[in-house]
Amino acid sequence: MGRIHLEAVRKTYAGNLEVVKGVDLDIADGEFIVLVGPSGCGKSTLLRMIAGLETITSGTITIGERVVNKLDPADRNIAMVFQNYALYPHMSVYENLAYGLRNHGTPKSEIEARVQEAARMLQLEPYLTRKPRALSGGQRQRVAMGRAIVRKPDAFLFDEPLSNLDAKLRVSMRGEIRQLQRRLGTTAVYVTHDQLEAMTLADRLVVLNGGQIEQIGTPLEVYHAPASTFVAGFIGSPAMNLLPAEVSGQDIRVGQTRVASCAPEGIAGAVTLGVRPEDVTLARDASSGVSLKISYIEELGAQRLVHGTVEGQQLTMAISPSEPLSDTVEIAIASDKLHFFGSDSGARLNR
Amino acid sequence: MRKVTIWDHLILILGAVIMMGPLVVAFLTSTHDSVDIYMSGLQFTFGDRFVPTYDKVLAHSGGFTKEVTGLTMLWNSLILGLGFAIGKIVISMMAAYAIVYFRFRFATAVFWLIFSTLLLPLEVRIIPSYEVVQKFGLLNSYAGMIVPLIASATGTFFFRQFYKSVPDELLEAARIDGAGPFKFFIDILVPLSTTMMSALFIIMFVYGWNQYLWPTLMTTDEHYFTIVRGIKQILQVWVGGNQIPAYNEAMALAILAVVPPVLVVILFQRWFIKGLTESDK
Repeated sequence: MGRIHLEAVRKTYAGNLEVVKGVDLDIADGEFIVLVGPSGCGKSTLLRMIAGLETITSGTITIGERVVNKLDPADRNIAMVFQNYALYPHMSVYENLAYGLRNHGTPKSEIEARVQEAARMLQLEPYLTRKPRALSGGQRQRVAMGRAIVRKPDAFLFDEPLSNLDAKLRVSMRGEIRQLQRRLGTTAVYVTHDQLEAMTLADRLVVLNGGQIEQIGTPLEVYHAPASTFVAGFIGSPAMNLLPAEVSGQDIRVGQTRVASCAPEGIAGAVTLGVRPEDVTLARDASSGVSLKISYIEELGAQRLVHGTVEGQQLTMAISPSEPLSDTVEIAIASDKLHFFGSDSGARLNR
Repeated sequence: MRKVTIWDHLILILGAVIMMGPLVVAFLTSTHDSVDIYMSGLQFTFGDRFVPTYDKVLAHSGGFTKEVTGLTMLWNSLILGLGFAIGKIVISMMAAYAIVYFRFRFATAVFWLIFSTLLLPLEVRIIPSYEVVQKFGLLNSYAGMIVPLIASATGTFFFRQFYKSVPDELLEAARIDGAGPFKFFIDILVPLSTTMMSALFIIMFVYGWNQYLWPTLMTTDEHYFTIVRGIKQILQVWVGGNQIPAYNEAMALAILAVVPPVLVVILFQRWFIKGLTESDK
C-alpha cells in the first residue's frame, strides 16, 4: 500500500544547518503530491529522505505500514526518477529496466514480462536494445520512468524530472506522467520549482519555504486562497500583486488612493493587500479614482501584461490585448477577489 | 578547413622517417652476419641471415646457464608487463573507489598522501623495498618483481578524477535498484571505466615491459630474465674475451622487444579512441 506518512521530520546538517524544520504530511494511497518551492527550500532533501538517500535527523517516515527510517533505499519499495535521468550509460534500455529487478532476484520470465509491459506502456519497444546515448531527451526520460514502473513500487518519487527537457517536450511529458500515474494508481511525490508544473500535476500541492510547509491544498485552493504572502507570490504567473494597504472600516487604501471599499469584518489597520493580475481591469468609467501609471507592457498574444505603479507601488494587470491604453489608465479591482495578509506575519487574514 | 598542402605531407613524412628510421636500420642490420656488422657497421640492406638469426634468438638457449631462450624472456616480459598493467589498474581502481565513495575520515588527506608518493621514484626507496621483498623470500619470483611496484599513485589519481565526474545520481539510482557497494563497483563503475582502463593499460604495460633496474635487482635466476635484460646479456660477451659480440642477435632481440608494446598500443588505442568518441558527455 502506498500511503506515506511523515511526522515531525527534520534534517539538520553538520554545523547546525537545519534544512527541513519539522514537516508533517499525510499522503493518501494513489495520490499525486507535488512539493513545490524555491531553490533551497528543502523540497529535494525531503524527497531524498523519503527515498532513503538522506538520513532522517528526527521524526518518522512511514511508507505503507512500515516505519522506514532505518531502511535502505532498496528495501523501501519506492522508485525514483532523477533530473538527469541517471540511466546506466553502458547498459541497453532493456538492461536499464531490468537491473533493479535482477538485483531483487526476480525470476527471468517475470523480468521479461514486466520490462515488455513497461516498454509497451511507454512506447519504448523499438528502443529496447539501444544504449541511452542513442536516445533523445524525451526517450531517456521515458526510460527513467520505465525503470520506476517495472519495480511496481509503493510510490514514485520524482526529483524535478522535466527540467532538462525543452519547453514543448516538457508539456507533453507532463501530460504523460499524469496519465501514467492515474492509470497505475501509484502514489507519487513530485518535486519541482516550476509552479505551473506543480499546478497542472498535483492532486495536492505542498508549498515549502525555508524548510517548512507554508500550505497544503489542491491547486485551486492554493491558487484562490493562498495561506501567506509567500504562497501568494509563488503560485500563479504573473505573480499576485502584493501592496501595502491600510484598512479603516470598509475602506481599503493604498497610499492616499482608495482602491476598494469592501473590507471584510475583523480586518483593520495595516495589511498587505493581494490582487491577482487578472482581477484588475480597466475601469468602465473614468471615475474609479485608481490610476495606474504604465511603465511597460508585455505582449503574450492572448493576454497583455501591463506593468505600472499605483501610488508608487508596483502593480501588474492582465487584460485583453484589444483594449486601448494610454500612459495612465483608470483601473478597477474586483472587490470580491481581494486577499488580505497580515503586514508583519504575512499570514492570510480573510476567509 | 585548410587545404592539405604538400608541406604538411613533407613534415609528416619527415617525422615518420625520424621515428621509424632507427628501427628500420636496426631491423635491417639484424638480418646480417655479426662479422659483417663488426667490420662495416650498420647495414641498410636486407641481409640473408634473417631466419637463422631470429630462430636463434627466439628458440636457442643462451645466457650463462644456456637454459634461457628469447621466447622465455619474451614470456617473462609479458608476465611483467601484464602483471604491472592489470595489477596497477585493479589496485588503483579499488583505492580510488574507497577514496571517492566511502566517507571515512581524512579521505582527502589519505589521497594527497598517496599522491605525494609520485614525487618519490623507485630509486629512492629501492634499498628498503629490496629488503622487504628479500625478507618475504620473494627474490627470484614473478611476485617479487611485480607486487612491490604495483601501487600506483598515477592510476589512483586518474581513477579518482574519473569517479568524481560520475554523477551522484547514478550511485543513488543504483542504490534504489538494490545494488550494494560491491555490485555498484562491478556493475556500474567498472564498465564505465573501460576507456580509462585501456588508457592506463597502455601506459602501464609499456612501463612494466621496459622495467630494467628492479627486475635486475630482484632476479639472479636466469629463468626470470626479461627481454630488456637479455639484450644487455648478449652484448656482455665483450667481457668474455675473444668472441665478436652478436650484434645481429642484440638487434633482433631489440626489435622483438619493441613489437609487443607496439601491438598493445595499436590494439588499445582503437578502444581508447572509440571510448572517447562514443561517450556522450
